[in-house]
Amino acid sequence: MSIWEYANPKKFIATTTPVIPWAFGGAGVCILGGLAWGFFLTPEADKFGSSVKIIFVHVPSAMMAINAWAMMLVASLVWLIRRHHVSALAAKAAAPVGLTMTLIALFTGAVWGQPMWGTWWAWDPRLTSFLILGLFYLGYIALWEAIADPDQAADLTSVLCLVGSVFAILSRYAVNFWNQGLHQGATLSMDAEENIADVYWLPLLVCIAGFILLFLALVLMRTGTEIRVRRLRALERQAQRAVA
Amino acid sequence: MTGRTGLRVEGLAVARGGVPVLTGLSFAVAPGEALILRGPNGAGKTTLLRVLAGLAPPFAGRVEAPPESVAFASHADGIKAALTVTENLRFWADLYGRGFDAAILDDFDLRSLRDRPAGTLSAGQSRRLGLARLGVIGRTILLLDEPTVSLDVASVARFADWLRDRHLAAGGIAVIATHVPLGLDSPVLDLGPFRADPRAAAHQGTDAAFL
Amino acid sequence: MKALLLRDLRLAVRAGGGFGLSLAFFLIVIVLIPFGVGPESAILARIGPGILWVAALLATLLSLDRQFALDHEDGALPLIATSPLPLEGVALAKALAHWLTTGLPLTLAAAPLGVLLNLQGPAYGWLVLTLALGTPALSVIGTFGAALTVGLRRGGLLLSLLVLPLYVPTLIFGAEAARRGAEGLAATTPLLMLSGITAGSLALLPFAAGAVLRINLR
Repeated sequence: MSIWEYANPKKFIATTTPVIPWAFGGAGVCILGGLAWGFFLTPEADKFGSSVKIIFVHVPSAMMAINAWAMMLVASLVWLIRRHHVSALAAKAAAPVGLTMTLIALFTGAVWGQPMWGTWWAWDPRLTSFLILGLFYLGYIALWEAIADPDQAADLTSVLCLVGSVFAILSRYAVNFWNQGLHQGATLSMDAEENIADVYWLPLLVCIAGFILLFLALVLMRTGTEIRVRRLRALERQAQRAVA
Repeated sequence: MTGRTGLRVEGLAVARGGVPVLTGLSFAVAPGEALILRGPNGAGKTTLLRVLAGLAPPFAGRVEAPPESVAFASHADGIKAALTVTENLRFWADLYGRGFDAAILDDFDLRSLRDRPAGTLSAGQSRRLGLARLGVIGRTILLLDEPTVSLDVASVARFADWLRDRHLAAGGIAVIATHVPLGLDSPVLDLGPFRADPRAAAHQGTDAAFL
Repeated sequence: MKALLLRDLRLAVRAGGGFGLSLAFFLIVIVLIPFGVGPESAILARIGPGILWVAALLATLLSLDRQFALDHEDGALPLIATSPLPLEGVALAKALAHWLTTGLPLTLAAAPLGVLLNLQGPAYGWLVLTLALGTPALSVIGTFGAALTVGLRRGGLLLSLLVLPLYVPTLIFGAEAARRGAEGLAATTPLLMLSGITAGSLALLPFAAGAVLRINLR
């Protein structure tokens, strides 16, 4: 049994449809539980006050914003190499979700930055990188929308995704070089010496799990929708040809 | 029979927008021969020519032609208004790595116009210039999509003469999609019988995965 | 490739070719800047290198959508595609022609326009150097964008949306090197990065552009 079997649209829908409600349910439980735990059952930080608690939305959304692009990159490569329609449609389906995650990360960052740095927006490398990432998402989505033929659109957006990934990484380094920034370093890596305090660590993990499940549920659902749109188009064309 | 210089098509199917439009095409065109494609609008003439030219991949089957021997010309002229007639032709000759032979100007009755900017030519003159392009690129297999659109009768005859006396006589090949009789005694391929069955077609194209 | 390059250059300088439009745009933007930020020469001198870089970048954007669109509209593109020149070479020739008609004149015009923004002594050299190193990357990246959108309605607008994010690293390193150089700071690192981006783009992006052209010609 090969993983590529799920590349068949019908098989994909049949397999994922029952999973989607569970993913949504799991996401809801994790996010609500994690947020409740984080908001009400953790102490306020010395340095940050209660504003630290926005971390429970900010960090997971920022992680998913980047991971969504990584997923699109993998899906684009799969489409270019193996020509599985589901893969291209999954990349298309993930883009608006990734853009939304980027916007959430930017918004929560601004809300957090206001009391911490005294400003809503600073041209900090991380914030700037996310802004640029948002622009890449916009361009990618716009290209999908502009092309009528779905296979051609899949090909062109896949190439754009590959080239865009290289330039997104370049931008990240360029922005780092350009401004050293206010943002604290990543505090969530497993081996960092100065890690986030344990009291925040566990609820944060729950929230991250919730966001991953939410992303999964949304992408599966949206991919299913895209597949149905393509199916509708195929049926319409079949009907047209039968008449002609 | 056609050897290595001819154009040979075996079991070819071509698709437009991911749906097969023609299937089961097999034919061979030997050097010095032309093939006229007939069929109603939408029959797949342009699609077939683009596949023969290698611009689009075949949906099934094979196209055999010597390397670097084909050229595809759509019914648009592809000439630049800001360049003179000679400059236009010289560009195409250079692009295809050929020397420019001014004799082509006589074949298409362009000698008196040779220094005029192409933008000042009439529609018919532009068409003649567009066709003269095909004479300077030195390709043996010409794939022509409606080459005689907006040509008057005399110019059609002139084009047919060039095709017969210069191109085909020199061992060239032409596959021409046209509604206008060119006066060539070439075989005609009616695409009607090769039209893909709409019911079967749906289950082969890119839509098939979704049905 | 030479034939295509020469033809595009000739077309650009003939009437209606649009050569000089981007230069005029560059000039106008630079003239407008002091109206926006005020005439204080100290401020202008400080923001000058960056402003000149951004204006040059926007000016290169203007002529991009004509690159393949004209050949696509008049039907020349399929006959170019069946020529012995591979589409990668076509993309490179187009990028080169674009740089010679846009990037190079902008680089040369930047120094005299710097006077308007009250640039100081060393700033001129750094500005011209960084633009000379950076504008080829802008042309190649833009050519990729143009190949991506050939044949699309409203392609020009979409082209800007696709290309501008790709321009970010080039702009940052280019403007940063110009600024640091102008202020007498060490500018070697951004200069090397800028050269690296240009070299990498020149080496790799023609292949991406050729691939998307092939897809668009199907």
